[in-house]
Amino acid sequence: MTDKIDKAPGPAAAQTPYEDIRAIPVRRYGRWVSGVVVVVLLGWLVYAFSQGNVMWGTVGDKLFDSSVLTGLWHTVLISVTAMLLGLVLGVLFAVMRLSKNPVTGAVAWLYIWFFRGTPVYVQLLMWFNLALIFQYLNLGPIYKNEMVDVMTPFVVALLGLGLNEGAYMAEIVRAGIQSVDEGQTEASHALGMTAGQTMRRVVLPQAMRVIIPPTGNEFINMLKTSSLVSVVQYVDLLRATSNIGANSGAVMEMLFVASAWYLILTSIFSVGQYYLERRFARGSLRSLPPTPWQRIKANLGTLRRPEVAR
Amino acid sequence: MTDFSKGAGSQPMVKAEGVHKSFGLAHILKGIDLEVAPREVFCLIGPSGSGKSTFLRCINHLEKINSGRLSVDGELVGYRQKGDKLYELKDREVAAKRRDIGMVFQRFNLFPHMTALENVMEAPVMVKRESKAVARERAQRLLDRVGLADKAQNYPSQLSGGQQQRVAIARALAMEPKLMLFDEPTSALDPELVGDVLDVMRGLAEDGMTMVVVTHEMGFAREVGDALVFMDDGVVVEAGNPRDVLTNPQHDRTRSFLSKVL
Repeated sequence: MTDKIDKAPGPAAAQTPYEDIRAIPVRRYGRWVSGVVVVVLLGWLVYAFSQGNVMWGTVGDKLFDSSVLTGLWHTVLISVTAMLLGLVLGVLFAVMRLSKNPVTGAVAWLYIWFFRGTPVYVQLLMWFNLALIFQYLNLGPIYKNEMVDVMTPFVVALLGLGLNEGAYMAEIVRAGIQSVDEGQTEASHALGMTAGQTMRRVVLPQAMRVIIPPTGNEFINMLKTSSLVSVVQYVDLLRATSNIGANSGAVMEMLFVASAWYLILTSIFSVGQYYLERRFARGSLRSLPPTPWQRIKANLGTLRRPEVAR
Repeated sequence: MTDFSKGAGSQPMVKAEGVHKSFGLAHILKGIDLEVAPREVFCLIGPSGSGKSTFLRCINHLEKINSGRLSVDGELVGYRQKGDKLYELKDREVAAKRRDIGMVFQRFNLFPHMTALENVMEAPVMVKRESKAVARERAQRLLDRVGLADKAQNYPSQLSGGQQQRVAIARALAMEPKLMLFDEPTSALDPELVGDVLDVMRGLAEDGMTMVVVTHEMGFAREVGDALVFMDDGVVVEAGNPRDVLTNPQHDRTRSFLSKVL
C-alpha cells in the first residue's frame, strides 16, 4: 500500500565518482609492544610445559580408553538428566511463584531459598546419607523399598544436581516470564485464549529468548559441577580418569585427559546453544544474523568476486 | 463483502447501567450509562484519563467492574444471574465469551514470534479447534482484505506500525466476532499511516460490524460514527449524533475539549 518506496539506489547515486582519501595512518606503537609482550609470555608457558615431566603419550593413549569413555558417557548422562529435571522443576516453581495462590507461592519461595542457599556439595552428601535417617522409602500402597536400594549413585547424583538446578532455573524462568509485555497476555485473553493456552503459546515462547542464554550457562556449569558426583560413588569422567591416575601414577596426565573431554563437551554445547538462540530470536530481529557457516560462505563469495572498478 | 450483522437482534449489543470502576482509591468510572445498537459505530472521545479506555476494557472483562450492570448482546459480562443472585463466571467461561468480541489495541500487541499469517491463524486453531487448512485460508483472505496479502510471511518487527495494526484487525476478525472494540487504534501511528487503518475500519463499518471505537480521530467519528459519547472524569458528559455533538456541542466541557483537538 504505502510502502512502494524503491529501495534500490537511484542511478545518480551509483555513478557519482569520488576519490579515496590518501593519508598516512597513525602508528600505534603500543599495540606492537603489548603484542610482543603477550607472545613472549605465551612462549614461556609453552616452553615450561615442554620441559615439565609430562608423559604426553599417556594423555593420547588414555583419551579413548574404554573406562574413560564410560565415565564420559556417565558425565553426559547425569548432566543432561539433571538439567532436564532442573528445567521441569524450574518451570513448575516459577509458575508457582507467579501464581496468585499464596500457598504455592510460599512453597516455591521456600524451595528456592533452601536449594539455592546451601552448597550443592552438601546437598549431594545429604541425599547420599539419607538412609541414615529414613531406613525405608514408603509411599504407602504404591511403593516400599529400603532406602539404600533406592538411592543408587545415579539417583543420588540426579536428585542432588537436579533439585539444586531447579532452584536456579526457577529464577531464570521467572525472569523470562516477567520480561514478556503484559499487552501480549491481554491480546491473547481478548482472543478468547485461556490462561494455559496463553502461557504455552504466547508467553513461554517469548520468554525463551530471555531464558535460553542463562540456561546455556547453567548447562555448561552443570557439565563441570557434575564432577562433584564422584563423592557419592558415581563413576563420572573425573572419577574414571582419577582411578586410572591413582593406579598408574599418571595423575596430572589423567587430569589433562579429563580437562580435554570437558573442553570438548562445553565447546560442542556452545555451538548448539548458538543455533538454539538463533531459533528463538525469530521475530525479535528484523533479520537473523548469519550462522558461522553462512558467514564463511559469504566471505568466500566476496573473495572470488572479481574486483569492481574503484 | 462479508456481512457481519449476525446476532443483530433488537436488543442493544452493549448495555451499561451505572457502571463504576475503581483501581484502589482511584475512582475511574463514575456511573456510566449507555447503549450500543447492533451494526452501530459507537465512538468514545474525551481527554486522557477520562476512563474511555477503561470502559472499553470492561466490555470484554479485561477489567472487572465494581458496581452496576454491563451486558453484551443481552448477556452479563463476567457474571451469570440465577434468580436474584450473581455468580462469577469461571475463567474458562470468560474466555469463551471473549471469542465473540474482537479487540484492537493502541500498541497492536501482535505476537512477535509468529508471522502475520500465524498471528491471524492462532486463535481459530487454538480456541475454536479449527483445522489449520481452514484457518489458513481464512487468514489469507483477511490479510488480503486489510491489504497485506503479500506480508503474510513477515514477522511483526518487519512491518510498519500501520501494517501491524491492520494485521491486528485481521487477527481479531478471524474469530468472526459480533462486536469489535478499538482502543485508540491509530494513536501510536505515524500520521501518514493512519489513513490505511481508518480505511479498513471504514470498510468494516460499511459491512455492518458493530464497533465501539475509542479515538482521537474526529474526522473518522464524524464521517463513520453513528453515535458519539464525550467522556470526562469518569462520566458521560454528552452523547448524541457525532455530527451534532462535534459541530454544536451543548456543554462547556465538550466545547473546550473540542476547541483543543479540532
